[in-house]
Amino acid sequence: MDLNPSGEQQQLVDAFAAFYAKECPVERVRAAEPSGHDADFWVSLRKMGALEMAVDEQSGGWGASLLDMALVAEQHGRHLGPAPLIEGQVGARVLARAGGLAAAEALGRALGGPHLTTIALHPPRGGVLALVPAGAVADEVIFFDGNGLKCMPVVDRARPTSNIGSMPLADIAIESTAVELLSGERAERVFEQARDEWLVLMANALVGIGTRSIELGVEYAKERRAFGVPIGSFQAVAHGFADAATAIEGSKLIAREAAWAAGEDVARATELACLSCGFCAESAREASYRSLHYHGGYGFMLEFDIQLYFRRARAWPAVFGEPARMYARGTADRLSAMRRGG
Amino acid sequence: MTMDFRLGEGSDALRDEARRFLDEHFTDDVRARMHHTGVHHDWDFHKARVDHGMLAPGWPEEYGGQGRDSLEVLALAEEFQSAGAPTYGGSTTLMVANVIRHMGTEEQKRLIVPQALGGEIIIVLGFTEPEAGSDVASAQTRAVRDGDEWVINGQKMFTTNAQEADYVFLLTRTNSEVAKHKGLTTFLVPLRQPGVEIQPVFTVSGERTNLTFYTDVRVSDSLRIGEVDGGWEVMTVGLTFERSLPQGGDSRRLLRAMEQWALTSVDDVGRPKSEDTDVQARLGRAAAEIEVSTLLARRCAWVQKSGTLPGVEGSMAKLFATEALTRQSADFMDMLGPDGIRADGDPAAVANGIAEYSYRYALGTTTYGGTSEIQRNIIAQRGLGLPRS
Repeated sequence: MDLNPSGEQQQLVDAFAAFYAKECPVERVRAAEPSGHDADFWVSLRKMGALEMAVDEQSGGWGASLLDMALVAEQHGRHLGPAPLIEGQVGARVLARAGGLAAAEALGRALGGPHLTTIALHPPRGGVLALVPAGAVADEVIFFDGNGLKCMPVVDRARPTSNIGSMPLADIAIESTAVELLSGERAERVFEQARDEWLVLMANALVGIGTRSIELGVEYAKERRAFGVPIGSFQAVAHGFADAATAIEGSKLIAREAAWAAGEDVARATELACLSCGFCAESAREASYRSLHYHGGYGFMLEFDIQLYFRRARAWPAVFGEPARMYARGTADRLSAMRRGG
Repeated sequence: MTMDFRLGEGSDALRDEARRFLDEHFTDDVRARMHHTGVHHDWDFHKARVDHGMLAPGWPEEYGGQGRDSLEVLALAEEFQSAGAPTYGGSTTLMVANVIRHMGTEEQKRLIVPQALGGEIIIVLGFTEPEAGSDVASAQTRAVRDGDEWVINGQKMFTTNAQEADYVFLLTRTNSEVAKHKGLTTFLVPLRQPGVEIQPVFTVSGERTNLTFYTDVRVSDSLRIGEVDGGWEVMTVGLTFERSLPQGGDSRRLLRAMEQWALTSVDDVGRPKSEDTDVQARLGRAAAEIEVSTLLARRCAWVQKSGTLPGVEGSMAKLFATEALTRQSADFMDMLGPDGIRADGDPAAVANGIAEYSYRYALGTTTYGGTSEIQRNIIAQRGLGLPRS
């Protein structure tokens, strides 16, 4: 067992931490609201190699592991990056895995130039892909329609949504311009693996959101005085932070384990992807809520940063579904393994 | 070095050995005795552990251990905990033996340690008092010097396994003139002597513990552990051995039973419970929490193996796992519907009423070994740097 990132991984984390500190101050996150997308930041993020890292060397990338990407996702969450890092990465990996000419061309578009390719996390209903992440700013969307894995240009078809997380989500109607990348069972497998990877990366981003939420609250509770003492000395406050910090420490462990399992314990990869994202979503939600509440009335004011975290902790994972849905998916995988005698 | 969440080959091998051992020695008879008496110590089982190297594998070979590292020891302990084996008497005995190894006299090491590791004696803990629980340093049980001996008068609560034990590791007050932490002394007091009275106490979970009374009990100064008035330092050392305990085992046993239930039960219209999304979500939340409990505990053993003593990490592991068990047992009782209240002995109870039992058993876990509130204080102050209340 070794819970420390490797030397190389630590360099990666340091590089991205420095990048986010410089390029993604909270003022920029605020300026990007309400759409939640900063096109210039997206360009900078891509220049850092955020998309290239996600795909293998044969497809023109760095071939980073999901664990490497998870460590970057944590930084993304910590700084509330206003760009679709996770969807962009997962989409690129899908195209690289799908193989074939259409996918290779789509991957070329995704990796080259300013083109933005995203992925829908659920099949369409009534011909509409609902709440597509980055759908409002994407040029192209990858989706699975129950039969095949397809991609489609988004031009003018996206209906942006207004949402609590200030995210560039959109409902997108499916058109005849959709091109099939893969069909049959293999298409479904690639799509399900993409969903697992999205859950893992989101889990790690939520660890970043939760960690920073607690830091903001603890800093405040050390400074703010009431009844002649810092409010952090009251157990009613301190114990709430202790519970939240414990859950976030646990979140970090299970989120990283899930990312590690994708390469090293494949039999548990789906289970851990689902369980970790459910747990990290609930923990980040709770951490940001507690922290906001312990700010007193100030936490309710837009001026204080904790509200930015509180809203995203709820909204980012909700694009897939509520935690119960993630847990149910994880259980289904566990039970089928038990049925097989695993 | 790369990140790796496997405990390692040594741990896997010892885990397999532990499973084989438990299959053979944690018999239905042992289970029945535990259930009937509420005693989580079993002499046959305890001696079998000694015979098979399953009691103190982490101890150096010179003491009869195997010099296993903390991750290997944890793997074994996880198996014992997941099985629900009676280990409590062995745990307290080893903890005190460890204190003696680090702070005891040569005579004490010679006299006590081989007997403790040889499975001949059991040592129990005598810290808590009727008026001193979490505030353990306020203990009032008095020890007064009389030549080469000390005379002890007082009362201890929750002296679990005292009726089985040879010694109690007793925290006493030897000085009332100084700050409360500075006037404590610890002794290894033989329990089988006049003046010691053991009164059984039964708990909500069915576990038996005791009140112990000490009336003019005499103990030789040679059984004093540490300095006179140095009891707090001894306690501090003792508690550091408690920081790499396995967590989540009770929850894992409970979840396994609930998953089996889901796979084998149907609802009113014949639909399998395993396909009910509400059931799936409850099982999944518990599975996630158990994974987290396990990881938080493994992190402690990993920190320890790396050569540092876990501190706040231990509090987090204990707090999270015990609070999680409390939530899960309540949630699973609800999941089972009205049948959730059926207890062991009722033929219609699901998995011998394990959810209902766990609901009662969980109550003790958030209290002993440092209450959840004490753990939260430690995490807030030492982990987050918040000011003391």
